[in-house]
Amino acid sequence: MKPAPFAYHAPAQLPELLELLADDLSDVRVIAGGQSLVPMMNFRLAAPEVLVDLRRVPELRGLRWAPDGALTVGAAVTQAQLLRDRRACDAFPVLAEGIRHIGHPQIRSRGTVCGSLAHHDPHAELPALALALDARMTVASAQGVREVPADDFFVSYYEVALEPGELLTAVTFPAQPADAGWAFRELARRRGDFALVGAVAGMRAVGGAAAGTRLVLFGVGDRPRRIAAVEQLLDGAAPAERLGEVPALVVAAIDPVSDLHASAEYRREVAGELAVAALAEAWERARGRGEDQR
Amino acid sequence: MTDPIPITVTVNGAEVAAEVPPRLLLSDFLRRHAGLTGTHVGCEHGVCGACTILLDGEPQRACLVFAVQADGARITTVEGLADPDGALHPVQRAFHEAHGMQCGFCTPGFLMTTVALLERTPEPTEEELLDALAGNLCRCTGYRNIVAAARRAQQALAAGAGVPAAAGAEGRGDGEA
Repeated sequence: MKPAPFAYHAPAQLPELLELLADDLSDVRVIAGGQSLVPMMNFRLAAPEVLVDLRRVPELRGLRWAPDGALTVGAAVTQAQLLRDRRACDAFPVLAEGIRHIGHPQIRSRGTVCGSLAHHDPHAELPALALALDARMTVASAQGVREVPADDFFVSYYEVALEPGELLTAVTFPAQPADAGWAFRELARRRGDFALVGAVAGMRAVGGAAAGTRLVLFGVGDRPRRIAAVEQLLDGAAPAERLGEVPALVVAAIDPVSDLHASAEYRREVAGELAVAALAEAWERARGRGEDQR
Repeated sequence: MTDPIPITVTVNGAEVAAEVPPRLLLSDFLRRHAGLTGTHVGCEHGVCGACTILLDGEPQRACLVFAVQADGARITTVEGLADPDGALHPVQRAFHEAHGMQCGFCTPGFLMTTVALLERTPEPTEEELLDALAGNLCRCTGYRNIVAAARRAQQALAAGAGVPAAAGAEGRGDGEA
């Protein structure tokens, strides 16, 4: 199908772009890669009156590194661009591992990191990765700039903490401990599909025990969820002795829905399995990394 | 407000200028304005991959890009793969030799996807090859020969089969027809 008519602007400066977004009389949408928005427009599930394209704004392009190792990804950076950056893949291996599950090469070469975050499909990889990695969102409007932690950014299905007139200009991933081990697992019916359920796990190995454990599940409700009960269970313990208790804690913490693709019951069972598999792999990697450091 | 916007796109090395409504899809721009009907339109919502083209060297779905977003871009379509004298691109030759098609509707998309893959990943693993091709659908389900054709193309390129000057992600479309 063909999209409904709309007006199109591709300003070259950020202030000009934010002025266009501040128009509260029209239905204005930002377009970056458009890999979620254009299909919705082609189906006429979305029919914005004005599209503001951010492709010409120089400060939204590229990756920036802070002296402390934090990585800032501008709003125009595609998923493929991040995957091609060796330093980013080395510093955040789980980010690369997760992004490789997004769609297909033709999608990743146009779809942006920030676009996926702002779209917030709760079955998508990037919101879960941002939550697991304690990412910070930089949000700008004509009134100014603010930072939003990932945990406050994802509100509910396709809803984020962006007010009308605001743009997600960048996401910052804080540096991770060099000895942290991470793992990513997801189950999808076909290669490239959104996950039925997925898990992101990370931890450090300190003297045979887990430390700083992180577990995020996605596809299990209205937004990605940190499973604090599992994190507390494993911290200070040898994971092998405790993993058997993980599925019950996971099931208690999530609220998946039944839909065309899977029943809620199935999702609960898979969530437990994927959590255990991701945690076990993260532990193995953390142990390997810990030994490398010695 | 929804008035036509002037754009210039370099398609297979030739500049194509037109005034287009913002809602015009790049796939329709290529077919109607550039007169290149080799880019096939299947699903029009980014699932089938038949409209895959190279945009600034990267494989993308032309049905998920508005033509106005491609203003100033360099595009290669399936028509840009062969030499002007008709000599096929090694990937096209491999699809011909390995019978990597049945009805042929999906073929332009598979060709562009394979060209893009082998440029960046000359020796893809089985996993990488299948992952790259998974974004293209063949309704005839002739996947085995398509995978075989991609492998054959890989071997031909590794053995030094010539890539026509007009094709390829780097230097493609730098002014020559």
